[in-house]
Amino acid sequence: MGIDRRNFFRSLGLTGVALGAGKKLSATPEQSDEKEFYGILYDSTRCVGCQSCELACALANGLPEPDPEDYPMPGTIRKTNENRRTVINAIETPQGEIYVKNQCMHCNQPACAAGCLTKAMYKTEEGPVIWRDKKCMGCRFCMISCPFDVPKFEYHSPNPDIVKCNMCYDRVKEGELPACVADCPAEALTFGTRRELIAEARRRIHEDPDSYYDGIYGEHEAGGTGYLYISPVPFEELGLNTKLQKKSYPELTKGFLFSVPSIFILWPAILLGIHNATKNNAKTTDDDE
Amino acid sequence: MTMSNTNYNLPADNDGKSIEKFLVAQLKPRGEIFTLFNMISVPIMTLGIVLIVIRFINGLGAVTNLTQEVPWGLWIGFDVVTGVAFAGGAYVVTFLVYILNVQKYKPIVRVTVLNGFLAYVFYAGALLLDLGKPWNVVNPIIGNSFGVSSVLFLVAWHFLLYMIAQLIEFSPAIAEWLGAKRIRKILSGMTLAAVIFGITLSTLHQSGLGALYLMAREKIHPLWYSEFIPILFFLSSIFAGLSMVIFEGSISQKVFFDQISQKNHKAHDGILHGLSKICTLTLLVYFFMQVVVFIHGKHWDLINTRMGYWYLTEMIGFVVLPMILYFYSYRKRNITMIKVSALVTMIGVIINRLNVTVIGFRWDAATHYVPTWMEIVVTLTVLCVEIWVFRWIVRRMPVMRASPSWVNEH
Repeated sequence: MGIDRRNFFRSLGLTGVALGAGKKLSATPEQSDEKEFYGILYDSTRCVGCQSCELACALANGLPEPDPEDYPMPGTIRKTNENRRTVINAIETPQGEIYVKNQCMHCNQPACAAGCLTKAMYKTEEGPVIWRDKKCMGCRFCMISCPFDVPKFEYHSPNPDIVKCNMCYDRVKEGELPACVADCPAEALTFGTRRELIAEARRRIHEDPDSYYDGIYGEHEAGGTGYLYISPVPFEELGLNTKLQKKSYPELTKGFLFSVPSIFILWPAILLGIHNATKNNAKTTDDDE
Repeated sequence: MTMSNTNYNLPADNDGKSIEKFLVAQLKPRGEIFTLFNMISVPIMTLGIVLIVIRFINGLGAVTNLTQEVPWGLWIGFDVVTGVAFAGGAYVVTFLVYILNVQKYKPIVRVTVLNGFLAYVFYAGALLLDLGKPWNVVNPIIGNSFGVSSVLFLVAWHFLLYMIAQLIEFSPAIAEWLGAKRIRKILSGMTLAAVIFGITLSTLHQSGLGALYLMAREKIHPLWYSEFIPILFFLSSIFAGLSMVIFEGSISQKVFFDQISQKNHKAHDGILHGLSKICTLTLLVYFFMQVVVFIHGKHWDLINTRMGYWYLTEMIGFVVLPMILYFYSYRKRNITMIKVSALVTMIGVIINRLNVTVIGFRWDAATHYVPTWMEIVVTLTVLCVEIWVFRWIVRRMPVMRASPSWVNEH
């Protein structure tokens, strides 16, 4: 009986430890109320497809210079990869050829950061979602989780990095504009707080409803994103995924994570209870033998 | 196999002088060297080690077919996700023996726990091969970066803690091997706590492996994605683990014939018979859950597609069929049929885990992921090394054979 009591306290202690750890669990990244997230508004009606943003991005982030032969063509879809963090694609529409930019969406509640077990992928309080080399173990769970398929992995390196747009976080911290925004000659990119950008997007649509499709992509998608899109055509024609849920993606694992502390309390108690209830079975079977 | 386990002497308790000699003697190979398994496994392991070296010099892309769209392939989907499901036997059997106090299953506890422990060690080891920066694997453990909102963080910690719990559960066998009487007493006193902790951890990380895929809502084929993946993964780990116990047990009964006492040989059929009943029931509950999930998902339109036929194959051929087989062989007490049922169930579990993690993952992508032969060889290498270690331990420690006589003297 003495051993059982000791074991009981031992499991009680473990439960306490688990409970302490459990309290820290939450599916939503911490978000301060005082500071508003910065974001970027992309206006497809203004974009001329000149790829200045691609070049600026490569120069600012030390990536290989873009191949001049590789330019947007309707019918071909260019993708971001480990050597380029943003691309412009051309789309043929009834309104003529239009362009669309692709890069990290900088979600308000990013799935990649919620999934990251080392906080290498991290939502800064300024808004950019950044990746930190020293913390990352290269498990690629961010790539599994990201609904926009943004993070890319260097498969051919012995010390591989996760590559994605970080909204030029170092520049933003210094009060400068992200490189792509600074170098856009057509003013298709606007940098600001999300609230300002949504107001600006609404103003443009309101003032010229004939040129714009009525909606802002990224206002609600995946729980809201830092990058916002306005366009002359519905967003699915731009190749943007309009089937994404409006809730944030970390919400999907919330139920599971919240059940962890209660299982850690209930299970040991129940198991110990059953053990004590059935202990006499063991004795009788032993006697039988 | 001709060399028996009796031609060495256990060192006396606390006899420091002979322990080194003893360990050196234990390291020497036992049994035949040119067995069929050795002839097959040695070339595989040699090739596998070469491939692992290439992988660390030239990156993952040099040996795998992984893409930017499908970043987790065979090494995660099979080695880790499927392997851990098969290792579930350890928590189910310890539940039966230590929590429900069903003494009938006691002869298989040690071997099942050892199997589970080795599975975790080697599949977590396989995980290191898949990590881009494995040297950073300590980050979530030592505390400089706790990503507590991550399901993967939970799974990683549970793997680690569960390995420790299983080691404690198995440790009396190591103490008996070394002849450490006093230590054995302390260690076996910790068994119940380790079992309770282990079952709790298993519940959470068996389901947690499924929860990893919850955020990939649009990427997994709708017939396999649901918010119930964690519950389905947990339920299926029960019959996956027990089928593995049946499968491994029937091989061990032949290969390690000399290790097993006459009494336990006779008991084995009764054990398999009991396990077949549990498998029937859990398969039934699992199938019921799958039906509820299917109706809840409202995907009738997807049944008449290629993936729909594949889904029906899994559900009917590898859930309903093994359930009927198990039930039939339980009623008829047909031991051979129970082993066949276990095999069908195991194939079904492999298919299910691969459907969620690899086959149904980005099923709509332009290029499909198919593992390279090199990924398969590395997977087989991990399996072979595990079997070698398992064999080494079984031939030396009292895993299948009875504990030394001094154990019951106290």
